[in-house]
Amino acid sequence: MSARRHPYLLYLPVLLLGTLFIGPFLWTVGSSFKHPTEIYVFPPLLWPREMQWQNWQEVWIQVPFARFARNSVVVTGAAVVGQILSTTLVAYGFARFRFPTRDFLFMVVLSTMILPFEVLLIPQFLIFRELGWLDSYKPLIVPFYFGAGPFFIFLMRQFFLTIPLDLDQSARLDGAHSLRILWSIILPLSRPALATVAIFSFLANWDSFLGPLIYLNTMEKYTLPLGLRFFQLVADAGGAPREHLLMAASLTVSIPGITLFVVAQKYFVRGIVLSGIKG
Amino acid sequence: MQGEIASDIKGGSKLRKPASLKRQEAVAGFIYISPWLLGFLAFTAFPFLASFYLSFTDYTVVSQPRFAGFANYVEALSGDDLFWGSLRRTFTYAVVGVPLGILGSLTCALLLNQGLKGTTLFRVLFFLPSLTPLVALALLWQWIFQPDFGVLNFLLAKVGIDGPGWLSSIEWALPSLIIMALWGTVGGGQMVIFLAGLQGVPQELYEAVEIDGGGPWFKFRHVTLPMISPTMFFNLILGVIGALRVFTVAYVSTEGGPAYATWFYILHLYTQAFKYFNMGYASALAWLFFIILIAFTYLQVRASRHWVFYAGEQG
Repeated sequence: MSARRHPYLLYLPVLLLGTLFIGPFLWTVGSSFKHPTEIYVFPPLLWPREMQWQNWQEVWIQVPFARFARNSVVVTGAAVVGQILSTTLVAYGFARFRFPTRDFLFMVVLSTMILPFEVLLIPQFLIFRELGWLDSYKPLIVPFYFGAGPFFIFLMRQFFLTIPLDLDQSARLDGAHSLRILWSIILPLSRPALATVAIFSFLANWDSFLGPLIYLNTMEKYTLPLGLRFFQLVADAGGAPREHLLMAASLTVSIPGITLFVVAQKYFVRGIVLSGIKG
Repeated sequence: MQGEIASDIKGGSKLRKPASLKRQEAVAGFIYISPWLLGFLAFTAFPFLASFYLSFTDYTVVSQPRFAGFANYVEALSGDDLFWGSLRRTFTYAVVGVPLGILGSLTCALLLNQGLKGTTLFRVLFFLPSLTPLVALALLWQWIFQPDFGVLNFLLAKVGIDGPGWLSSIEWALPSLIIMALWGTVGGGQMVIFLAGLQGVPQELYEAVEIDGGGPWFKFRHVTLPMISPTMFFNLILGVIGALRVFTVAYVSTEGGPAYATWFYILHLYTQAFKYFNMGYASALAWLFFIILIAFTYLQVRASRHWVFYAGEQG
């Protein structure tokens, strides 16, 4: 193949693309360590003369960033747990039990995957308002305990189907209840699928903006994306340059996702590929 | 009971289960799927129908919904100045951004599929932008695009180009958002899906072309491209839906401006619903959006018959 004949030529576009992807990050990292006097200068400094490490601490003092981070952890954590729990139970039901209308109901699950949630946004808001859930985390958490996220149900069911039925049956012979079979046979074998669901659920909830924007009004309840937006508005309003702090804050919010990717790369690829190729 | 189950299993799965056991199994199945079933009814099915009903009413939250016939739809299609504009901008964003994104992702995937040394590292580098939370991405690019002190115009100045105002310019705000979206998506899921597609192309096909003396372009055009066309189709469908739903980045970096230059459809819907509380009208906007998405997806599925090749199918 051509790659084998001139491999070095191919490094050119790869390096170029790599620079395009990573360049903006480097600029952001550089900016986040700048001194305020190094922000509004032309030509811009690509890297600070002296690293201002305290910028990254400053962020936590200038805005209730610690509070936002804690809120994000609570909301994301609760949503991810709910998503894993309900996804597992529902997928188990679809994968291992025969009941009337099962195939029809599973088609319904699949068809909700293409339903844009903007269509449901307004009535959902009105329902949660009726329930008195506005300005609380419930609208951001509770649906995940009720099987929100059809794609994850699909993914988990597909995975359960690959586990041989014989395992269930021999356990049933020993008198195990179906919940026991799920817990001690199916789940231990499903760790890769569980990890995939956990990772993608985490990323989606951590990044979630429109939901919190609609449901949370009190600043103390903001999650990190809303907090960042709040910080941006505050920063824009003042006269002194705040871009270095905004950049430090943006990077801070990005770190969990990036870390997760670096440590669990193979689950990312698996999850994306499962969604893409078999979907 | 236990004995029955045991004998049933020993007898092999071909044997019919007794009716009571079948019922037991069905009940258990329903119990397991019940979280989804309840959630579906409460948070999907009911809102779906309610949204349809509300779209025919005048409802501003403070009073009861008043039936208004097709007034909301008429208003959207013929009275609302921002409706067609926002639709046009959203389509421009998708029609320009999605093909560029697919081209970029495919290029990245092809390069990573050459077995170069350091591929793993490059894959990580390419993937990183897609992990940036959208609000962070918007803030990061706002600073890059900063007309006077940003790095982009500085680099452009170095090669003799007087950079535009980017996000603050009426002409350049929409292209700026497309650039941001490309940076955030090209090396992400789309690329990984292409990679998997490329790895699924049977090696024998390439070898066959080599025996016939075909070059790299011939291989790409007549083997790779047809073989990965289903992957491309999938990316296209998801890409278009994603692009038409653009909201967060525009909300954070331009708030739809300047002079409505980036006022996208969902931004319009959001503003009508949650700023002006025109819930009836916004529901009509939501339903029109739903119809547009379905129509667009349907058209793409129709068109795909002419260019998507499924290896398992005959002729």
